[in-house]
Amino acid sequence: MNRAIQVLIRHRSPIILAACVTLLVTIGVLSGFRHLQLSLTEMLLRMTIVVGLYVFIGNSGILSFGHIGFVCIGAYAAGWATADPDWKQLMLTGLPSFLQDEQYPFLAAQAGAALLPAVVALPLGAAIMRLRGIAASIATFAFLIIIQSFYSNWDSVTAGASSLARLPTIVDPWIGLVFAVGAIAVAYLFQISRWGLMLRASRDDDVAAKASGVRTVRERLIAFVLSAAIVGAGGGLYAEFLGSMTVDEFYLEMTFVTLAMLVVGGIGSLSGAVVGVVVVTFVVEFLRTLEHGISVGTTTFALPSGSQEIGLGVVMALILILRPSGLTGGREFLEWHGDSAASQLALADRAVRAVEVGVTQIEQHKSEPEKDVSVPT
Amino acid sequence: MTVSEFLQNVIDALSLGSIYALVALGIGLLFGILRLINFAQGDFITIGCYALIVPSTDVTARMLIGAWSWPVLIPSICLIVVVIALLTDVLVFRPLRRAYSPTLMIASFAVSYIIQNGVLMIYGSRPKAVNLWSELNTQILIGGLRLPLLQIVTIAVTLVLMSVLTLFLKRTLIGIQMRASAEDFRMAQYLGVRGNVVIGLAFAISGMLAAVVSLLYLTQSGSLSHVMGVPLALYAFVAVVIGGMGSLVGSVAGGFLVGIIVTFLQAYLPPDLRGFRDAFAFAVVILVLLLRPAGLIQTKSAIERV
Repeated sequence: MNRAIQVLIRHRSPIILAACVTLLVTIGVLSGFRHLQLSLTEMLLRMTIVVGLYVFIGNSGILSFGHIGFVCIGAYAAGWATADPDWKQLMLTGLPSFLQDEQYPFLAAQAGAALLPAVVALPLGAAIMRLRGIAASIATFAFLIIIQSFYSNWDSVTAGASSLARLPTIVDPWIGLVFAVGAIAVAYLFQISRWGLMLRASRDDDVAAKASGVRTVRERLIAFVLSAAIVGAGGGLYAEFLGSMTVDEFYLEMTFVTLAMLVVGGIGSLSGAVVGVVVVTFVVEFLRTLEHGISVGTTTFALPSGSQEIGLGVVMALILILRPSGLTGGREFLEWHGDSAASQLALADRAVRAVEVGVTQIEQHKSEPEKDVSVPT
Repeated sequence: MTVSEFLQNVIDALSLGSIYALVALGIGLLFGILRLINFAQGDFITIGCYALIVPSTDVTARMLIGAWSWPVLIPSICLIVVVIALLTDVLVFRPLRRAYSPTLMIASFAVSYIIQNGVLMIYGSRPKAVNLWSELNTQILIGGLRLPLLQIVTIAVTLVLMSVLTLFLKRTLIGIQMRASAEDFRMAQYLGVRGNVVIGLAFAISGMLAAVVSLLYLTQSGSLSHVMGVPLALYAFVAVVIGGMGSLVGSVAGGFLVGIIVTFLQAYLPPDLRGFRDAFAFAVVILVLLLRPAGLIQTKSAIERV
């Protein structure tokens, strides 16, 4: 019993995050407003995607502009699996028959939506994870455009520029919640795993991490594939939420909005990803309400339509300027100051020891050939 | 394929390449000095186009500045776009001087998003037909080749602008300071180059290039839309990467190369694959990054040191 409480306390930040999100959604759903339910569902889908983004961007420190490409792949995978077979036979003539003639259940479709992006991410990541800094970001951006171009022209399989339609719309706030909380759990477990820790070490100091034996490219690749799978599942949810979709749904606009959420909350922490989604959703919903107009007495004040987008852009620019590490400042929820400093000290200590071990090994390695030379003389 | 068809394609490629080269030059200039990949360069072009019809927001656009004669029109549009470019620097990028390159890229995304939605809010999403300098859309006959006058003007304007810019960068004091800053910004500052002046000037020049592109592009396309600059920025961005990030010669060479690749892919790809042209173009970007990360023309500052 005591041990269980200790575990809870140790992992308090993701538990509290998940609890807060659950509470928020429960209150929203119980309030009974239809419009609120839709907004909350969309918020949860975006949360799944942004947490997935965080798994790669937050832990590796490499900005990716390409993850919405994985969302697109995931969404279409789910779409192929669940669209009405009659419609598929008519419109998607290039689809293999196991997809064309069948209609799979939701969870099977979701598995496909997570798997296919991961399969694409593996070779792509293996190639571009060797690049540094801005070059890697540019390569991901190029990937986004390739996917967009590919999917919007592959008429016989994706219905091209027209929409992929006749999908069941079964995603409600509760399904969204399950996936968002699941994404938080996976992201947290990855973050505290040895892979996650090594990746974060390479984010903070690439050279020191390499010197301590971290295989940077491999750790990045693991995070890249995992995050592709999470955002792909988010894409699958989108497919079953919208009921019909086009490729343009998953392009620059969504890239901007999801990155804005991550940046506003703080790229460096899981709490940042979650907080960012909630805060940006509230700001956008608030502006949307103002666009519809607020009556004061007999007069109605309304912002011109488009204010929510401009407002979001301005909020994002302000955060970048005033609080570059986001609202959470790269810290986890309820990670009190002394605690964090102590754990950082411990980490630093471990790093120093690791380097010492490395140096000793190198010296041993160096001294060995010399011995060899000394034997004949 | 006949010889004249081929020559026609070459001219098409050069004129398209000119446009890309001008946009890429604007992006390359800022990247060299500021490490900023300015995604909003395309939206500066959009602003240049919409400035022609200000203040009319009618469904069928009426032109105010656009109806002026060209010696007044060109400087006015340049002035407007330069002011906007400088404003984005002062409001957004100047407070971010110390930020990392990807942060700057996100910031330019935000600027682009604001401009696009601002234009959308004022003018709506329906494209507007605009008739600018229609006399340039005539064709002239040279030795059996039908050449649109506009393409020749585009190529000529680009050559003139590039010569002027080269002279400016090589012969004037401030131009030399700009090149020094592109090479090593911090060192240049230590030696007395005023950072904000150089950066402001770089924004002004990119604004001017965007203004010129907007006029050339609009004369050709004849229609306004709030996302019209996006494809131009995307291709120019490819050009900058292929050419070598931060190298101005590289940006221009990359621009022409992209123009050539795109035109010839469009002309000679089998019809089924033509739609995938962009996918091929951006696959080239990833390949270049992998095989030659510093681009075709490498700058010294691109070499990362520990």
